[in-house]
Amino acid sequence: MSEIADKVKKIVVEHLGVDESKVTPDASFIDDLGADSLDTVELVMAFEEAFSVEIPEDAAEKITTVKDAIDYIEKQKAA
Amino acid sequence: MFRLDGKVALVTGASGGIGREIVRALHAQGATVVLSGTRQAVLEEVAASIGAEGGADRLHVCPADLSDATAADALVAAAEEKAGAPLSILVNNAGLTRDTLAIRMKDEDWSRVLDVDLAAPFRLCRAALKGMLRRRAGRIINIASVVGVTGNAGQANYAAAKAGMIGMGKSLAQEAGSRGVTVNTLAPGFIQTAMTDVLPEAQKEKLVGSIPLGRMGQPGDIAPAVVYLASDEAGWVTGATLHVNGGMAMV
Repeated sequence: MSEIADKVKKIVVEHLGVDESKVTPDASFIDDLGADSLDTVELVMAFEEAFSVEIPEDAAEKITTVKDAIDYIEKQKAA
Repeated sequence: MFRLDGKVALVTGASGGIGREIVRALHAQGATVVLSGTRQAVLEEVAASIGAEGGADRLHVCPADLSDATAADALVAAAEEKAGAPLSILVNNAGLTRDTLAIRMKDEDWSRVLDVDLAAPFRLCRAALKGMLRRRAGRIINIASVVGVTGNAGQANYAAAKAGMIGMGKSLAQEAGSRGVTVNTLAPGFIQTAMTDVLPEAQKEKLVGSIPLGRMGQPGDIAPAVVYLASDEAGWVTGATLHVNGGMAMV
């Protein structure tokens, strides 16, 4: 697993207080990890801070799973 | 009831008439209070006079010019550093007026009042909420004005800012509710302060005539309402506008 994936997973575990084993790539923040809409906004802000990237509102709306977050950040970092 | 021991409060406009009474009241309930305002010397004087009665170690001074967006953005973090603990209570009390009839009102009169009385409180709310939501606790109290609800000739800018504050507070209350953070507005009526001292005598007499309780308010009439909204006991009150105006407007 990439460094970015590890870090994303860590942030999700920390923020949502869920067990690490539940944070699979396909896990949906809202449906599987118990997040509400405010949590998802806070998560996106935490990603922005941790990776020094800017995630605009329309991109943030499409980040609904752990994999979505990892893919988006990896793409930003590669660019 | 209404004890605030262990809480950290930030009060803007703390050197003004209402502000210093809010500081005194929160401090008397046991809170650590960070006083902000533009005039450092006056803030220190206020802190010294309140601290002279005890608990001086729970008073900190943190000046900021809220017309400067960067300063407003940085104030919450600066206050937390001074207090050495995260913020539990934010009181947006700072405000200024540039009164004149609309047909004579300059763009600058409009934007300065909107900047300091509405944009700066938003910036402070935004900064404070980030931490409060994470900690699942917090109280925001925005000091508006009765004129935000009733309007007032000569105060189109001020009334717009204060009405804006009420709408902003209701929105933030909905955003923060799921985390147990409350956001309320306190709307004082006509209070005897430097801000109202400049009104002509005749206008003041007319105003008092429209107040059922028959007198202008004192800063000490406002502070206890802030204590209530800041307390744990007010945990089921959010998005409310508490009018403290001697009955001048029953809304």
